[in-house]
Amino acid sequence: MMTSHVTSPFGNRNTVLETTSAWVLGLLWLLPLAYAVWTAFHPAEFATRFSLTAPLTLQNFANAWDAAPFPRYFFNTFVLVTMILAAQMVLATMAAYAFSRYRFRGSDFVFMLVLMQLMVMPDILIVENYRTMNMLGLRDTILSIGLPYFASAFGIFLLRQTFKTVPRELDEAAMVEGANAMQVLWKIYVPLAKPIYLAFGLVSVSTHWNNFLWPLIVTNSVESRPLTVGLQVFSSTDQGVDWSIITAATLMTSAPLLLAFLLFQRQFVQSFMRAGIK
Amino acid sequence: MNRSAFSLTPWLLLLPAMVLLIGFTHYPAVATIWHSFFATPRGGNPPPFVGLENYAMMVDDPVFWQALTNNLWFALGTIPVSIALAILMALWVNDRLAGRGFLRLAYFTPTVLPMIAVANIWLFFYTPQYGLLEQITQAVGLPSRNWLGNPDTVLGAMIVVAIWKEAGFFMIFYLAALQQISPTLAEAAGLEGASRWQYFWRVQFALLMPTTLFVLINALINSFRLVDHIFVMTKGGPNNASSLLLYYIYEVGFSFWDSAYAAALTVVLLIVLGIVAIVKFRILDRRTHYQ
Repeated sequence: MMTSHVTSPFGNRNTVLETTSAWVLGLLWLLPLAYAVWTAFHPAEFATRFSLTAPLTLQNFANAWDAAPFPRYFFNTFVLVTMILAAQMVLATMAAYAFSRYRFRGSDFVFMLVLMQLMVMPDILIVENYRTMNMLGLRDTILSIGLPYFASAFGIFLLRQTFKTVPRELDEAAMVEGANAMQVLWKIYVPLAKPIYLAFGLVSVSTHWNNFLWPLIVTNSVESRPLTVGLQVFSSTDQGVDWSIITAATLMTSAPLLLAFLLFQRQFVQSFMRAGIK
Repeated sequence: MNRSAFSLTPWLLLLPAMVLLIGFTHYPAVATIWHSFFATPRGGNPPPFVGLENYAMMVDDPVFWQALTNNLWFALGTIPVSIALAILMALWVNDRLAGRGFLRLAYFTPTVLPMIAVANIWLFFYTPQYGLLEQITQAVGLPSRNWLGNPDTVLGAMIVVAIWKEAGFFMIFYLAALQQISPTLAEAAGLEGASRWQYFWRVQFALLMPTTLFVLINALINSFRLVDHIFVMTKGGPNNASSLLLYYIYEVGFSFWDSAYAAALTVVLLIVLGIVAIVKFRILDRRTHYQ
């Protein structure tokens, strides 16, 4: 939680200077984005000219929407992030439950294998994973974009930490009442880990909404391309560079995440915090 | 519970995650090393074993060395500045500054955007003659510059984008750590007559050390993993001046379709990440416990 000092113990000499610098940096940070917003919402002749009388327009968005199959790209990305999130949640929950509640030979070794993915992620093993997808006959499908990410070391790790804090008395009591392992997991562990699921979910969705290199490699048709790749194809093949339309398309593809971020700012920031603290 | 005999349940629970994890992380890592000793398969015949030939080619490949050096400069240019800015941002946002909600939003927003979108926006920002940067420099009377078209400035221009994208992300971790520091420490330091600077340097910065190590490791990994912006902004050019290792791997593997050489290059990337991992486990995990 945010705590604010009522008075600074070091006097107030520098607050003006500090506030000013903080704001200068803040505005500087928003500048590229503000520029893109300006260009996207004004007619092309004002793309790089600033005038208070410039008329506002949504035409650039309409043009971008018609110029490329963006509805399909949105749909693909939506399917992709939903599929990954669902698979990650289920697989990570099962694995974390095994690690936190069972003692078995080799569990430390297996856990080490899991942690290795935090360092060597599928993102960099593009050549071999492409070969695998070819072999499985999955190339150019949405499933092939998501499959390498279904098992998330990060998710397993986070949930394992959380499950370990659940008092054993709780599940012993449930066992006595005749619940089996799956019921204990579902009725006790999952509800207690809700904030972690939310945190992990937000991080996962924004990561895979934004992912680019692997989908670029493994897809080559409109039917499977996610937004990021669609945007890249759109802005690089469009010969006469029309910045008004490109910035409109760029903002359009980021808009759902940006809106979600503005609406759930606090949860977002706290999720990223929670996910980062180990 | 379940301590008695061999139990199948934990293995069944682990099975799906482990199959996928091994299939898309461990197997490809090992297969990469294996295939780096063979030639690229052509026309359905099994590729011949070539020993270290791919690596010999790599040693003689100036583009490889350029991409690797670029990557080191990219890391060196990005990491210290973004960490310093992240600490500054976190201190400001944690303080009782006017409009800190807005500031937090401003600093963090680039983190949420896709790198591909960010790259488009910055490409426009850097555009010669029309871009905002040009308009500003021209208004001040500086000569026109093609920031992305000049081998001397292109890497610097990319570093700025990476800093802009990442500083706000790292800020979050510092913010979380700062909020763990008890305000009584500041009061005590104030009573003892310490200046704000002394308090920051001797108390806050010292207490933030584990966070800094954690951020440092993440930043290092990111600087070798994030290449999306190159696709939009420069395609590695001009003259490979902005190519990074993973981007070069992509080019070799998927533009030149030389999968054997791409495998050898990937081995270098694996070695780099392996070194990072060793540093992490030797230094970081002495302090934090995976329990």
